[in-house]
Amino acid sequence: MAMSKGRVVGINGNMVSVEVDGDVTLNEVAYILLGETRVKSEVIRIRGDIVSMQAFEMTGGIGVGDAVEFTGEMLSVELGPGLLGQVYDGLQNPLPELAEKCGFFLERGVYIQALPRTKWDFTPSVKKGDVVRPAAMIGEVPEGIFNHKIMVPFSLRSGSYTVEKIVKKGKYFNDDEIAVLTDSDGNSHSLTMNFTWPVKKAIDLYEERLKPVDPMITKVRLIDTFLPVAKGGTYCIPGPFGAGKTVLQQITSRHAEVDIVIIAACGERAGEVVETLKEFPELIDPRTGKTLMERTIIICNTSSMPVAAREASVYTGVTLAEYYRQMGLDVLLLADSTSRWAQAMREMSGRLEEIPGEESFPAYLESVIANFYERAGLVRLYDGSVGSVTIGGTVSPAGGNFEEPVTQATLKVVGAFHGLSRERSDARKYPAIDPLDSWSKYQGVIDLKMTDYARKILFRGDEVSQMMKVVGEEGTSLEDYIIYLKAEMLDAVYLQQNSFDPVDGAVGVDRQKYVFTKIFVILGSEYSVETKEAARHLFNQIRQKLVDWNGCEWKGKQFAMMEKDLEELLQKRLVSIDSEVEKYIER
Amino acid sequence: MHKVYTKIDSIAGNVITVAAEGIKNEDLAVLSTRDGESLASVIKLDGSHVSLQVFAGGRGVSTGDNVRFLGHPMEVSFSDNLLGRIFNGSGQPRDNGPELTENMIPIGGPSVNPAKRILATKMIRTGIPMIDVFNTLVESQKLPIFSVSGEPYNDLLARIAMQAEVDLIILGGMGLKYDDYLSFKETLEEGGAMSRTIFFVHTASDPTVECMLVPDISLAVAERFALEGKRVLVLLTDMTNFADSLKEIAITMDQVPSNRGYPGDLYSSLASRYEKAVDFEGAGSVTILAVTTMPGDDVTHPVPDNTGYITEGQYYLKNGRIEPFGSLSRLKQLVNKDSRDDHRALMDGMIKLYAAYKESLEKKSMGFQMSDWDRKLIDYGTMFERDLMDLSVNIPLEKALDKGWEILSACFTPEETGLRTELIMSHWPEKLDRS
Ligand SMILES: Nc1ncnc2c1ncn2[C@@H]1O[C@H](COP(=O)(O)OP(=O)(O)OP(=O)(O)O)[C@@H](O)[C@H]1O
Ligand SMILES: [Mg+2]
Repeated sequence: MAMSKGRVVGINGNMVSVEVDGDVTLNEVAYILLGETRVKSEVIRIRGDIVSMQAFEMTGGIGVGDAVEFTGEMLSVELGPGLLGQVYDGLQNPLPELAEKCGFFLERGVYIQALPRTKWDFTPSVKKGDVVRPAAMIGEVPEGIFNHKIMVPFSLRSGSYTVEKIVKKGKYFNDDEIAVLTDSDGNSHSLTMNFTWPVKKAIDLYEERLKPVDPMITKVRLIDTFLPVAKGGTYCIPGPFGAGKTVLQQITSRHAEVDIVIIAACGERAGEVVETLKEFPELIDPRTGKTLMERTIIICNTSSMPVAAREASVYTGVTLAEYYRQMGLDVLLLADSTSRWAQAMREMSGRLEEIPGEESFPAYLESVIANFYERAGLVRLYDGSVGSVTIGGTVSPAGGNFEEPVTQATLKVVGAFHGLSRERSDARKYPAIDPLDSWSKYQGVIDLKMTDYARKILFRGDEVSQMMKVVGEEGTSLEDYIIYLKAEMLDAVYLQQNSFDPVDGAVGVDRQKYVFTKIFVILGSEYSVETKEAARHLFNQIRQKLVDWNGCEWKGKQFAMMEKDLEELLQKRLVSIDSEVEKYIER
Repeated sequence: MHKVYTKIDSIAGNVITVAAEGIKNEDLAVLSTRDGESLASVIKLDGSHVSLQVFAGGRGVSTGDNVRFLGHPMEVSFSDNLLGRIFNGSGQPRDNGPELTENMIPIGGPSVNPAKRILATKMIRTGIPMIDVFNTLVESQKLPIFSVSGEPYNDLLARIAMQAEVDLIILGGMGLKYDDYLSFKETLEEGGAMSRTIFFVHTASDPTVECMLVPDISLAVAERFALEGKRVLVLLTDMTNFADSLKEIAITMDQVPSNRGYPGDLYSSLASRYEKAVDFEGAGSVTILAVTTMPGDDVTHPVPDNTGYITEGQYYLKNGRIEPFGSLSRLKQLVNKDSRDDHRALMDGMIKLYAAYKESLEKKSMGFQMSDWDRKLIDYGTMFERDLMDLSVNIPLEKALDKGWEILSACFTPEETGLRTELIMSHWPEKLDRS
């Protein structure tokens, strides 16, 4: 089929109207030709022979009458070995290679092959005559820390295929033919290690979706203990500017116990990506002994890069995540910020003169957000293995007010909500997740009954503190005051965590369990204090010891010493322990 | 080539439409009216209808005026001859110097490839403890001063500019009051900095479209100097006026507003300017210090709100002080780990206590009994405000840190500070019982 051609008839911002000659498909990619430069665009509306396209680049210099070439293909990404460690823009152009070619600035119309042409050590896992179906493994290559499964392209129509030819074990370029399959009609299909997939379509070649249960460890105490995220689950981090969304995602991208992390920097600051870019190749992942970069892919479409590609970038990210899930791996996708993606939709919708919904966001905002988070999940693959995609997105609500369309649409679909509060970040209580408002539907690393007990104290402490604002300290009973002090202590030494501290910055599950149990006992203990002053003094002392303890290497000498010190202090003043608490610690 | 069109089809606000052929998006044109000439740039193409925004505004434009397209987008001259000069938003001299036409460069150019950026590492010392200690300013940072109108934000801007060790200062004034413009000039002249300063000034009485051009023109020039190895400080005041000019054009173009009349792409428009702040590997840098006045002292107003999401922190100026709450430098952790070992802990610890002080203050104002602890906090807060927060304090970082310890030890016992014992042992001013 000959590809259609067209001519530009209008330009408004990054929306280009084109008069087309021939057939066009919605979401097809087209190029506007400006001499040597080709400006990539996507068809977003068709009306008679006028199509509206969003240009992925600046539209300066384009004029009426300029030629347009349609490709017949949807916006797609290239899948295959070599994705790990890459830094891409929203359209999967490798940025370091672009820099080599163009220097400091991003030049318009320069597109580079997403996967480098490299030789890979291929080991086949099928033989001639075997019957396979799309997504079935036909061989593997070592890619850094993983065995990268080479699969039958997902885009082949479903059905069975017979292996006609498969290459021997050896080194091959990723675009070399490695196999030939024949379908039931006798057509043959030549396979390479690479194939493409349209980003806006979910990869659903698996047996079934499972309920996410196992926690995805982040090493952030407040999350793992109180507001857990499950592997294959979804969560969101809404918060006003400067509250700590990005820092929280940055530390999660470092410490999360998953196989692969995909960072989609969507419409935010370039400088923040640079931090990751410069640090990850130097940081060793304790789980693999290799650098963090080897398990990371960065999709980077920062705020000054073209808006339409920003919208594409989250889809590019999730598609790469789904691809690795097909290999039975646990993948975490972190998107910062989904609000910028929603705004990109809003800009386009405005230019299309669609009827605006709330705050001018398009009416379909909610379903688009739901569809995106639906691409997360724990799945059992055809070969019986299990893989997961976990999605965590930040939300940047206007004015920091969660009652706005993007936050609300997101809250409807995610499994955990980590809401950041301005009050906590102003008071430098990091991570500034509001422990009272936030919630999670997943199971964490610590017995729910124990965390509920602690949570109750937090709530009670908050009530007392509110009350004290009305009746003053003098109108508060000693008993209530102690609950307030316990809540404050729990907050200061457990919920708050210094992300920039080498020890406190990442706390493993064992330590969380151990320390939490200790604090749990303190929360359930009665101590001999006669006055509020004395109570405050005691809890100051306890807090001091726990803060110091948090700074000690897990199970180190110092750790044991500090613990002994703390125990002594506690034992001296202990009157009794709540029987409910005792019950749990005996277990 | 440069055909002259003599029929203007429509005039609305600052936007005119002419029927023309072969015109490119964003191209520049010269509009000749009876008042003289003005530049205009193409903002929309629809068949043969070309919409242009007129830099000098639509007032006085007649349907019979001439439009001549220049075949290139907006440009500015770039050379050392710019130094010490004063221009308006479209790059025309506002001093008595000659017009500059050599070495024209485009404005609003492409963004820097993130892979070519480097991490900011150099602190800019200002002598203001609320900045140096608590929210350190860093070279290549983009940071606005959020200010209630009437606060001395331009003085603060000028003071930082004078104190900062940079090669070049570019002042982009938007809707600047004439007096403020003069006092900027005066401060820079007195400090002997005029010869390394370039002004692009739009005053409150100039046409709106020129206001919109100020950031682009200032930043295009800054970027070029930075590529030549210069460390450039760009001062942009007031970005709220810039946003308002965007709003005006958007409304003229019948765009659906998203929030309080501002266009849906306000975030992207502000970001593409602020993101010009950069540290070039092997060359110079661009640091952006801006002013964003907050209408009605409301941080959730769309302009400060979108700005906060873009910039790397903000200084919140209120009652003549930089407020510790609301103020933030996001790059501080890149430089404060190597300044002094107590810098980070002291910075966080003192603010936590200051937050507690505010609570006690509230209790006090409600008439509640003050506990011992409350009294300590109130002493602390008072000293903190007097010795560190007051804008007249001008001391180097190290002195300010020492001052911090002094205040803490005057008010609290060590364990009341919540700081780690280790740190207290090495910095607590009095002799401690070290048993
Ligand atoms: N966990 C933390 N520990 C210490 N400091 C933190 C922490 N989280 C945030 N901060 C401080 O707050 C600053 C802002 O945090 P961050 O950039 O993550 O905010 P954000 O919510 O992503 O804001 P925006 O929406 O504007 O992007 C950081 O630069 C850092 O100084
Ligand atoms: Mg952020």
